[in-house]
Amino acid sequence: MMLWGFIKYLLLRLKIPLFLHVLFMFNALLHPAYAWEVSGYVGIEDLAFINKPIVPQQHMNYVSGVIEAELYHEWDNGNQIFAFVPFMRVSQYDSNRTHFDIRELTWLIVSDAWELRLGIRKEFWGVTESNHLVDIINQRDTVENSDGEDKLGQPMLNFAWIQDWGTLDAFILPGFRKRTFAGEEGRLRFPVPVDNSEARFDKSGFARQVAYALRWSHSIGDWDLGVSHFYGTSRDPIFKVEQAANGAVKVIPHYQNINQTGLDVQATIDSWLWKLEAIVRVSNIDTTFASTAGFEYTFYNIADSGLDIGLLTEYLFDSRGRHAPTLFQDDFFAGMRFALNDVQDTQILMGVMIDRTTQAQFYNVEASRRFFDSFKLEVEARFFNGAPRYDLAYFLRQDSHFRIELSYHF
Amino acid sequence: MNKIMIGLLLCLAPVVVWSDAQKGLEIMQEVDRRDLGWQDMVAELKMVLKNKNGDEHTRRLRIKTLEMKNDGDKSLSIFDSPRDVKGTAFLSFTHALEADEQWLYLPALKRVKRISSSNKSGPFLGSEFSFEDLTSFELKKYQYNYLRDEVVNGVDCFVIESYPQYEYSGYTRTQAWIDKQRYIPIKIDYYDRKDALLKTQTFSDYQQYLGQYWRAGTVLMSNHLTGKSTALLWEKYTFRNGLTARNFDKNTLKRSR
Repeated sequence: MMLWGFIKYLLLRLKIPLFLHVLFMFNALLHPAYAWEVSGYVGIEDLAFINKPIVPQQHMNYVSGVIEAELYHEWDNGNQIFAFVPFMRVSQYDSNRTHFDIRELTWLIVSDAWELRLGIRKEFWGVTESNHLVDIINQRDTVENSDGEDKLGQPMLNFAWIQDWGTLDAFILPGFRKRTFAGEEGRLRFPVPVDNSEARFDKSGFARQVAYALRWSHSIGDWDLGVSHFYGTSRDPIFKVEQAANGAVKVIPHYQNINQTGLDVQATIDSWLWKLEAIVRVSNIDTTFASTAGFEYTFYNIADSGLDIGLLTEYLFDSRGRHAPTLFQDDFFAGMRFALNDVQDTQILMGVMIDRTTQAQFYNVEASRRFFDSFKLEVEARFFNGAPRYDLAYFLRQDSHFRIELSYHF
Repeated sequence: MNKIMIGLLLCLAPVVVWSDAQKGLEIMQEVDRRDLGWQDMVAELKMVLKNKNGDEHTRRLRIKTLEMKNDGDKSLSIFDSPRDVKGTAFLSFTHALEADEQWLYLPALKRVKRISSSNKSGPFLGSEFSFEDLTSFELKKYQYNYLRDEVVNGVDCFVIESYPQYEYSGYTRTQAWIDKQRYIPIKIDYYDRKDALLKTQTFSDYQQYLGQYWRAGTVLMSNHLTGKSTALLWEKYTFRNGLTARNFDKNTLKRSR
């Protein structure tokens, strides 16, 4: 019944986009509220490393420029939306970091009990701060920022069924995208750059390209819950080190075919946020269990100054242990968040990740502040320390750095 | 003689206090009753933040509110400026005495974050309004006390004292001047936790909508300690737009801008 209603609705509605260009022109003239909107930012960034690189081709300092714009239009009382978000960074030296991406190119249509979202989009799942285990729809743009929070646009068809018992999201994800890695002259990489052109896969053709996902999410009182399942090519590669005939060492990413079930839970009680993310990932060669769990407690408006101080602690676990293709397999994270709640929206987040067995540390400070209403300054400092030779973090031992970005928002 | 007088006063005092509390409650019940039935409301808001030196900063928001029967209102606020937070949205389900439910949408990450609602007294967007100043008025949130009648700005008013009954309030009490004719606030004084006068809020440019509901076009909050002030300039009020709970869920939050 519901499906038929949906198809009928869609057929009726789909006629509209055919006449869009004509309608938009009239609309823009008659009702300025229907006009196309453009917004975004341009920025200049400096990436400054403290120590000499491991490989002579790498550099100490990288200047880059970035632009991200959004073209946005909504009509049909806001029940239909079109958005186009191109992104481009041009970086000194590292040819892989000079990259263009379509973050979004999407049309969505909204009804009482459902939403249909079509096109290139970004989707976020999860609750924890130090790591994003459950979040699996998009490939990460790690070359853009090593924090893994930047993502590549993913083509998708997403149908959300919205009911009293929660929202059920179904995804068809055509078009696999490889992770971005630093190039020959870039830093924050293995001594040998990852060779994406030789990437291996468990599957080929259609089975490699198309992934599927299902997610149920709901809020019940103090609890926000999500249960998800993903089937297809993993966004997270494992790495294989091989020697070519000429003796050169190659690092080749292998994107496995996986089934991954995820759970994310947050309980929000007074000033406490209790968080849990857990996944079970089944591939041809193994079954992995991983989780991130912890809490955040915030002291609000300290001494009526407007200052909030949040304390964060999380524990990160991956059952693959030392063989996990992640830095965080048995680590504690502790952090502090300062929000001044001033006119400039000054914020500082500082944290440290400590490996429980090797005691290797990763320090991270992120600060941001607004200037003259339209400018924003972000400063990030990332320091790696104490990783032994057998730890994956050992490759980053010389890569402690500062990242400063000044952006203008329009 | 004196003893009799004191005895009489002691007997009468609770009655007087009770009747003032009763009168305060009755006035606020009338304030509440007259503002029932607007169903939903959409408006644009310009916030002008001014510091002691007269430096100004402007923020623009769009706010949608859904009236809930026997519960606090639901509201969705979308930030248009400053530009670096454009598209950030804030969804709130207010409750009278239980903790409110609040979610924040961060457009850069496409992330919906459930946030704690314990932050009542902290500033909203760096302004002189705290979170508790901006949440919907619910009768049960306060205990009331009628003080006196007084004319303020040429308007004949009841003066009502309100004591917050919810947790984490930054105030010991507030004192409101309620227009005797229209049953709407003209001025509110806020007293901090040490019971010192902290802020004064004044309401002006009232307009009546749907022949019943009064909304102030200008609301000014002045902080007596810091000399800072924030003006709220409300525009384009519309009522009964046919909004439902679906317009105030996490799916809507994720695509609001």
